[in-house]
Amino acid sequence: MNAKTSTLPSAATFPGPRATAGGVPPKRMARRLPVRRIWPTWVLFTVQSGIFVGFVALWEVAAMTGLIDTFFWSKPSAIASTMVIFFTEGSALTDIVYTFRSTILGFILGTSLGAVLGMSFWWSRNYALIMQPYVICLESIPKLALAPLIILVFGMGLASKVAIATALTLVVSTLTAYSGVQAVDRDQEKLFYSLGASRWQVFTKLVAPSCIPWIISILRVNIGLALTGSIVGEFVASQYGLGRTILYAGQTYEIALVWVAVLVLSGLSMIMYVGVSWLERYLQKGIIR
Amino acid sequence: MSAPASKLVLENLSMVFQTGGKQFVALEPADLVVPAGKFISLIGPSGCGKSTLFNIIAGLQAPTTGRVLIDGQDYTGYIGQVGYMLQKDLLLPWRTVLDNVALGMEISGVPIREARARALPLIIKYGLAGFEHQYPSSLSGGMRQRAALLRTLLVERDVVLLDEPFGALDAQTKSQMQEWLLQIFADFGRTVVFVTHDVEEAVFLSDEIHVMASRPGRVIETLPIDLPRPRDRALVSTPRFVAMKKYCLDLLHLGEQEAAA
Repeated sequence: MNAKTSTLPSAATFPGPRATAGGVPPKRMARRLPVRRIWPTWVLFTVQSGIFVGFVALWEVAAMTGLIDTFFWSKPSAIASTMVIFFTEGSALTDIVYTFRSTILGFILGTSLGAVLGMSFWWSRNYALIMQPYVICLESIPKLALAPLIILVFGMGLASKVAIATALTLVVSTLTAYSGVQAVDRDQEKLFYSLGASRWQVFTKLVAPSCIPWIISILRVNIGLALTGSIVGEFVASQYGLGRTILYAGQTYEIALVWVAVLVLSGLSMIMYVGVSWLERYLQKGIIR
Repeated sequence: MSAPASKLVLENLSMVFQTGGKQFVALEPADLVVPAGKFISLIGPSGCGKSTLFNIIAGLQAPTTGRVLIDGQDYTGYIGQVGYMLQKDLLLPWRTVLDNVALGMEISGVPIREARARALPLIIKYGLAGFEHQYPSSLSGGMRQRAALLRTLLVERDVVLLDEPFGALDAQTKSQMQEWLLQIFADFGRTVVFVTHDVEEAVFLSDEIHVMASRPGRVIETLPIDLPRPRDRALVSTPRFVAMKKYCLDLLHLGEQEAAA
């Protein structure tokens, strides 16, 4: 590179740097930017597993020495053997599938119905204003408290669990979709109308697509809520399911089985969470940009 | 070209808002005649009713009095009769550049395939080649404005309203975009109504400038710009250009003083 330096005609003399009076430099603050170093992955992993192993070992030892009462708390070795029995001789698969199915159905139903309901509020201001107090009411009702009623209406089977899971997820998705509707850029709407768009065109080409990120953002919350709904439904009355297993084991003082069911439930929850996160990323890549 | 004398006519157009018993005059009765194929600019301080005027022409607001005539027909309160480009580019983030440009046609009922086929050559010709399948987020400010303007032009309305399209761009991009707009204006032969804060921009682009003042919003003077076309950047430093620019600036200044008094 061959840069040329040119001098403009009016070369005013700029004042130089200020001279320090007396020659003593002023005292400055001497502080470096704090460095945050991340340990290597294997160190982090070792510490993580160390905590887990330590916790389990402590529990086992405390149970052996009688420090904690195994009648209430059980112990890791008993839980492990119960786990094996639960999967080989017990009803593990039936229970998992039962809980999984009602959760997924409730999740899909609640999320999609809520999304449709929330977006429908865009259609008419008057309708939205009329519905507002009811939506707020629905939001404030502890839906789980209605579980016994729902079981009475929908019966002991799958339908009642799906209904509770739906009830829990529906309100959240409705409110979120409605927030999405309200966040639609007014200028964007103006642009559509200036192009001569009909209300239906504005809805399908602008409102619905701009609500999608909002609905996606609720998926992860909803999968957890749907699972809670299913479990509570099974607590109240059910013949199958992990929730029923926990309740049954608790009532018969099989604490190890309670732990087993809780662990399986956590595993199921994690798998569904990962699945939904994957779905979320997939949708975001395809739609939002 | 034997075009009708006036493409867009505003007759006695005014806008008064009632707020809590008080009247706020957004726009005093204004008359405006825009000949076909001309480029006219509205300049004025904020609150002079420029945006109100545009909203009325686009049918997005109903005027208190007056009519909007396009080709001699009354289109007051009808949407979709003019191309309207708002200040922001308003590209839809989930659509590619091509589909954004095709949006206007899609809304007017052109099948999406045909809309894309018509948009693509223009995208390539007017400086967005290679970006047609990108999403707006990967475009620079100038390119986004190009896409937005192409979307407006492709709906094939004779009258195009541009509301400060280059207001948010840096000086260098802005001057590039002005030359690009002149090129487009020459190619498409549309009737353009342009709003800007920038006097130099207005003089450089227009055939006629309407200077507006605020409180109440009104048109205070109309100034024909008889500089020859095609124009290039060198025009900006000619004495005639400088004189016109100064004249407009003085008018704006005068309007401000009146409003303050």
